[in-house]
Amino acid sequence: MNSNLFVVIAASAIFYGTPLYFAALGEVLTERSGVLNLGVEGMMLMGAVTAASTSIHAPGPTWFALLLAVLAGMVAAGALALLHAFLVVTLRVNQVVSGLAITILAGGAGLSSYLASVWGVATGPVPHQLSSLDVLGLGDLPVLGPIVFDQNALTYLSWAALIGTSWYLFRTRRGLELRAVGESPATADAMGIDVTRSRYLHTVVGGMLAGVGGAYFTLAIVPTWTDGVTAGRGWIAIALVIFGFWRPDLTLLGAYLFGAFSSLAPTLQTRGVDVPVQLLDSLPYLTTVVVLVAVSSGWASRRVGAPAALGTAYEREDR
Amino acid sequence: MIRLERRVETPRWLDVAVPLASFVAALVVGGLVLQLTGHSALGTYERIVERALTSDGALSGTLVAATPLLFTGLAAAVAFRMNVFNIGGEGQLVLGAIAASGAGLALEGRPGWLIIGAMVVAGAAAGAAWAAIPGALRAFTGTNEIITSLMLNYVAANLATYLIFGSRSFWRSLEGSGATFPTGKRLPPEASWPSLELGGVVVPFGFLLGVAGAVVLLVVLRATRFGFAMRVVADAPAAARYAGIRGRRVVLGVMALSGAAAGIGGASNIGDTRHVLDPRGLNQAGYGYAGIVVAALARLNPVAVVFVSIVMGGLANAGRALQGPDFPAGLVGTLQGLLLVFTLGGEVFARYRIRRARTVHEAHAGAPPPPTAEVTA
Repeated sequence: MNSNLFVVIAASAIFYGTPLYFAALGEVLTERSGVLNLGVEGMMLMGAVTAASTSIHAPGPTWFALLLAVLAGMVAAGALALLHAFLVVTLRVNQVVSGLAITILAGGAGLSSYLASVWGVATGPVPHQLSSLDVLGLGDLPVLGPIVFDQNALTYLSWAALIGTSWYLFRTRRGLELRAVGESPATADAMGIDVTRSRYLHTVVGGMLAGVGGAYFTLAIVPTWTDGVTAGRGWIAIALVIFGFWRPDLTLLGAYLFGAFSSLAPTLQTRGVDVPVQLLDSLPYLTTVVVLVAVSSGWASRRVGAPAALGTAYEREDR
Repeated sequence: MIRLERRVETPRWLDVAVPLASFVAALVVGGLVLQLTGHSALGTYERIVERALTSDGALSGTLVAATPLLFTGLAAAVAFRMNVFNIGGEGQLVLGAIAASGAGLALEGRPGWLIIGAMVVAGAAAGAAWAAIPGALRAFTGTNEIITSLMLNYVAANLATYLIFGSRSFWRSLEGSGATFPTGKRLPPEASWPSLELGGVVVPFGFLLGVAGAVVLLVVLRATRFGFAMRVVADAPAAARYAGIRGRRVVLGVMALSGAAAGIGGASNIGDTRHVLDPRGLNQAGYGYAGIVVAALARLNPVAVVFVSIVMGGLANAGRALQGPDFPAGLVGTLQGLLLVFTLGGEVFARYRIRRARTVHEAHAGAPPPPTAEVTA
């Protein structure tokens, strides 16, 4: 393979994989507490539209507007996640149906599209965009430079989030308690852990991370709002959690693999390769199906890493 | 402290009162959203009712808009009832539209009844086949059907786009303006589905077909061996295994049945309304997701799906007629989503009794001590 093409694909795998990773990492935290959140797509779209609107309307220097935009995206997506938590933890609604409802409410034909019209977001590229930062001055290194050291701030932040989340899950008492809640809420409850609080907290934090992923689309990838701009990436993020066995590190690998597939269409097209664009556009979705089949059959079918209580409401009386 | 206590039995009146109260609550919150974003809530609702119901020809338009939702609603209801979460109604409808338009074009010159029959069968078969992919993966490899069925929606959308915009396929018109601007071939006039006029209201053939389908589904669910097997597999998988019911076949069958319903919805889109394969229109409409809302509001009852689809169709019809700066895109979807969220949240009142839990201290202060043993439901 041409090494230049390799560099382009590797760099864009990370670029396109980062929003997937934020959303998937959030879903890892949420599912570790036993809550299945199928509202990721809707939360990403809410993050995307609020971030775009903030980038257009926020005052001040670019770094400040971008900071506000990402925070606004997190708040909007987190609010939606709070609604999901209320429905499934407090009201004990079926988690699958509630997540679907959230995605339909906020989705490409719903609230995110409505807010985009009301806020006048779909006018063109947003003024403040995330650009690549050569923090360490290593961007000129051969091969490694453009792949690793020439990315944007959110990508660097995602690596910090990987380290932080891994440490939290596997090296802290709180992380141990979180895993206990996801594996056996009754036992956790008997140990004195507040199951309800843990599930609310990790659902909302997970939603906020999905909001960062959504903001990445309107601040870096596209960077214009269109209805349904995330195009199903929220669902791919949910598949990535299964692919990554509910672990932050393996999920990162999966996100970059899918990032590579997402980047194939634009990369090959600019090089004049004659493949139907619709086929290239379908690749991330087809790959998701193939990967899901692979991890759910054979040796992995024992659901390695899946929290035992995933998808079930906890009722003390049922103990 | 608020406590939820399981009800042993749900009183009848709650079955009516809870959905109604949820409906009203969703309208109130929707009105708040409208007011907060600078629109008049009452004015907007008034215009929705006018365009969906009372103005000239509004009811006919509502039934046209309700027809695809009726089919995708039935598709979701039959699958969700079985705890098979088919979110692929969208893609199954697109495949149905592709197959039905293909059949209509291929049979040009044949009698109308033959063409129309072939369109319905082709749509159902294509939808069933598309749904059978996630169905078989769930049944035989244990792959989660939620994500796979949803991923195939995007593939189906790309396939339809490819047929018209990306290739010189059988579906694409290559004459006249079609040679320069990609459009689908128009179906022959005999392929247009008939409609029935009832007191000034035009009822599309597809809608009648959907009503018949709802009744058939109700009978299948309640009065056939397959329906019984479905209910046992859904409610008690272990019992189904001991009874010798083949759970995998039932799951696959349910998926195919669900996909067939959505596929006929696609055929109706061609035969009743468009008469041409229009990927842009299909991909923007979001029929599949709206069908999930319809099914959930109808509490998965096929006959209730008919009525809910008319309400949602009215909303969609009004949305299409009113769309503009004063009635932004996404408003209809937001209202649908709110209805769904409030209906789900409201069910807690039907299933649980809400009690103010007394603390130990208060319980001691009260005269008769609470019973210690409880009858389990």
